[in-house]
Amino acid sequence: MSQPAVSAIERDRQAYRRARARRSTGIAAISTIVFAGALFLVVTRSPGWPRVRQQFFNLEVARDSLPRILEGLWLNIRILVVAEVLILVVGLAVAITRTLRGPIFVPLRALAAGYTDLFRGIPLIILLYLIGFGVPGLRLQGVPTSAVVLGTTAMVLTYSAYVAEVFRAGIDSVHPSQRAAARSLGLTYRQSMRLVVLPQAVRRVAPPLLNDFVALQKDVGLISVLGAVDAVRAAQIESAETFNFTPYVVAGLLFVALAIPTARAADWTAARLERRERAAGVL
Amino acid sequence: MTTPVPVLACQQVVKRFGELEVLRGVDLEVAEHEVVVLIGASGSGKSTLLRCINLLETVDDGVIMLDGQDITDPRVNRDLVRRRIGVVFQAYNLFPHRTVLDNVTMAPRFVHKTDRSEAERAAMALLARIGLADKAREFPDRLSGGQQQRAAIARALAYHPRLLLLDEVTSALDPELVGEVLALIRGLKTQGMTIVMATHEMAFARQVADRVLFLHDGGVLEGGPPEQVLENPAEPRTRQFLARFIEGGRL
Repeated sequence: MSQPAVSAIERDRQAYRRARARRSTGIAAISTIVFAGALFLVVTRSPGWPRVRQQFFNLEVARDSLPRILEGLWLNIRILVVAEVLILVVGLAVAITRTLRGPIFVPLRALAAGYTDLFRGIPLIILLYLIGFGVPGLRLQGVPTSAVVLGTTAMVLTYSAYVAEVFRAGIDSVHPSQRAAARSLGLTYRQSMRLVVLPQAVRRVAPPLLNDFVALQKDVGLISVLGAVDAVRAAQIESAETFNFTPYVVAGLLFVALAIPTARAADWTAARLERRERAAGVL
Repeated sequence: MTTPVPVLACQQVVKRFGELEVLRGVDLEVAEHEVVVLIGASGSGKSTLLRCINLLETVDDGVIMLDGQDITDPRVNRDLVRRRIGVVFQAYNLFPHRTVLDNVTMAPRFVHKTDRSEAERAAMALLARIGLADKAREFPDRLSGGQQQRAAIARALAYHPRLLLLDEVTSALDPELVGEVLALIRGLKTQGMTIVMATHEMAFARQVADRVLFLHDGGVLEGGPPEQVLENPAEPRTRQFLARFIEGGRL
């Protein structure tokens, strides 16, 4: 883009803004370096540091345990992907059910409300025990007994309840005038939901949904209580073999590394939404 | 009598959105107690100019002076400038989660640090003057469009701005409701308010304007007293724009 000719006063303003931006960057860099240096010194000079490093940050143990933990993490990731897809479908279905109008839907609405109340309230660990250990014990026909499948089921049940509430908040946040405009075009209730309300609602709740997704990323580690050899379980085994806590730290850092891209994606989505839908300008 | 320093002075204001040059060097001076009406087709830059004056948009060139102070200087605190300017939007933009009274008292209480009871007393007096006293405790969405727009004007007036910017404030209203809003604006003029307004209400512009400016293609094509610009425009483009209104019997 060619730069249009500007007056001296505009050049002055642009120069001032550039100078301000440079100054901010400089201050940020210096304060970060000073802070990081001070933190490093405080930690490494403290008396217990050698023992902490030996037990928590042992490079040798970390190297040896990494392959098995990574193998376990791959199971976590597969569960995560499958569970998230199911959660979005079930959560959206429950949310839409709760917004249905008309007397005929009263039992469905009550069921959906009861579902969210129950599964949002019940601790995930209890649900994991009930489904993971309790259900196979019933020896019902056709019911899977794999710890992975049952654990994923428990995860989906709990998280769908959360996600349903997020979706419902999004649906409710769409201004009634939008519904009025949609219905005035002759769209049916379902059409106006699908074409007008839901697209706006989903876009608006994308950041909180990603937040729930991050929470799920680490909660898939809970599946280890059922005996599935995921990253947490693998770390536990390694830790028991070496009498060292480093494998847990490795697994923990891997989960963090997994969560960071999602967190950035959440920030980015929110920022893009802000740019696209809000009125432009300096606010 | 005119004050030596105009309340508002725009000099060669330029605003671009990407490749599109919306304002191409607009000059505008508004003296104290003066009512200047901006007319022009949609997209001619009326709203953009008003948004630039309130620093909602950053100008790409030129200078805007408020009471002789260059407010486009990046060293200037935008919030302090905005305290001296009242803005009313086409779509009211009232806060739907607050009552009318809360909307009106928000700036006095939280920006100008007026004591709550004092702010509410003043707001009630203001609302009473514009016939909205009984709606003070209502939420905006429960009001008619005309009432909402009058409430929005009250919100802009609550902190006694030096300059009032009205951006097509009647465009979302039906003709009956337009009347009540215009009556309110006429009252403000008699009280000596300095106003810059963008409007499509040509008849009203003719009544209240001290000066009418026709914006075309990002610049002021012609300006002057309403009788001259609206009834005997010099420029063919102005004539063409106004023809529709003259034919429609709106002048």
